[in-house]
Amino acid sequence: MSRKQIVILGGGTGGTMVANRLRRRFDLDAAEIHVVDRDDRHVYQPGLLFVPFGLAHVEEIVRPRRRQLRSGVVFHENEVAEARIARDEVLLEDGTVLPYDALVVASGVRLQPEETEGMTGPGWNERVFTFYDAEGADALHGALERFDGGRLVVNIADMPIKCPVAPIEFAFLADWYLRERGVRARSEVVLATPLDGCFTKPIASEHLTYLLGEKEIELVTEFSAGEIDGVNGKLVSYDGREVDFDLLVTVPVHSGAAYVERSPGLGDALGFVPTDKHTLQTPAKANVFALGDATDLPTSKAGSVTHFEAEVLTENIARYFADEELEAGYDGHANCFIETGFHKALLIDFNYETEPLPGHFPTPIGLPLLRESRLNHLGKLLFQPIYWHVLLPGRDLPGLGSAMPTAGKKRTLSTPAQGARR
Amino acid sequence: MTITLIADAPVDVDTEGFLTNSEQWNEQIAEAIAKANGIAELTDRHWLVVRFMRDRYLTTGSAPSIRSLGKESGVPVKELYQLFPKGPAKLAAKIGGIPKPKGCI
Repeated sequence: MSRKQIVILGGGTGGTMVANRLRRRFDLDAAEIHVVDRDDRHVYQPGLLFVPFGLAHVEEIVRPRRRQLRSGVVFHENEVAEARIARDEVLLEDGTVLPYDALVVASGVRLQPEETEGMTGPGWNERVFTFYDAEGADALHGALERFDGGRLVVNIADMPIKCPVAPIEFAFLADWYLRERGVRARSEVVLATPLDGCFTKPIASEHLTYLLGEKEIELVTEFSAGEIDGVNGKLVSYDGREVDFDLLVTVPVHSGAAYVERSPGLGDALGFVPTDKHTLQTPAKANVFALGDATDLPTSKAGSVTHFEAEVLTENIARYFADEELEAGYDGHANCFIETGFHKALLIDFNYETEPLPGHFPTPIGLPLLRESRLNHLGKLLFQPIYWHVLLPGRDLPGLGSAMPTAGKKRTLSTPAQGARR
Repeated sequence: MTITLIADAPVDVDTEGFLTNSEQWNEQIAEAIAKANGIAELTDRHWLVVRFMRDRYLTTGSAPSIRSLGKESGVPVKELYQLFPKGPAKLAAKIGGIPKPKGCI
């Protein structure tokens, strides 16, 4: 086998895991591995949720991308101009051409606040914020410290978004934070979402709706944000409904990376990359693979998804080089801790076919599923060192394989306490 | 799943009234569903969206979201809401005789 060229676009969660796994899989003389990213800042994205509340600082959750890559991986700090899939090469903005035998698209998503009318107008980063990037999360921290009561509205502009539970977690933590500061009594916390419930999966949505009610968080559903008036504090939906705010925490519209749209045949209208949901190969071409937030897969855009995909994708690149049949190994597995405030969290675990169920994870003895507990909160906190030291280097975590475990899940539907059913 | 009569034709629908077999659809059914959902008359603009949704579903197996509908159908999102109040993607899917869009996850 001649020396293979592998180019990975994106040095975030997916790109780093795949690069390191491939580097361990192939000897230096069997494969050359290139990773391209436009900057050298790897953000531990689950940490962004904690920054606005002063529970984490930006510098604690950002590390250099190149330092997370094993030796023998070549890092290019550069913007991708275009992926020329017909010619098996990538053009970088500085003119470098990287030819490849296999391409991995791992470039995540791009926030597009300018797509919503008025979002970046007057009031942006004054009373309209997002915590979905480090700068926004940091600015919001200052605004929350100054917040002295009023209407705090959390809004999802449109789906899909990264980590669909994060806005709910933000509302839970805001409730906790305002209570700690003694201003909750003169505050309202509102969650406005385009979905018909607070979350995408019915059973988990029911549990979470119950918790929102308990914490006196108002839920506004089927609300598609059409316009933001940051001067008068009004969020207006496309069908003319208005939600007033003193402080708006928004999750802007997401699209795929800009170069995807510049690369003929690679992405869809929103810049996401159509991808086989089990093999992670793209229909664009047999030697093009994709994972993580960059894909159009019908599962959550989340780090856990990317981690489980990285295992399957690495295996399939090896099989592709060996001319073997690809493994249809990815089952849509996702696993998320949901912070609920007051040092508690809830855990959900699901895949394409099975929605989040109650029980325990990963076996009947383990972390409680779909139930608030201190143990889950500790699990969430412990996750950051695991992320940097186990997951990114591409090591396997015992008991946390790609396929969704079923041993501890209760298949019968349970009804949460009264008040949850509509 | 139940069978119901729409525009004198027996069709399979789910609990929310979405056709579960897109082959049972025809234009009379579309007009009847539209009327029942507060759209008195389907204009050319309505049809453009309905046909776009239906074609996309039949060729790719899933219906587009509102945002891709706005980008690809040539009808801007604001107008989509004027044409199909409340939920354009859902209502256009219902009128077009395709299953309820799964939405996002």
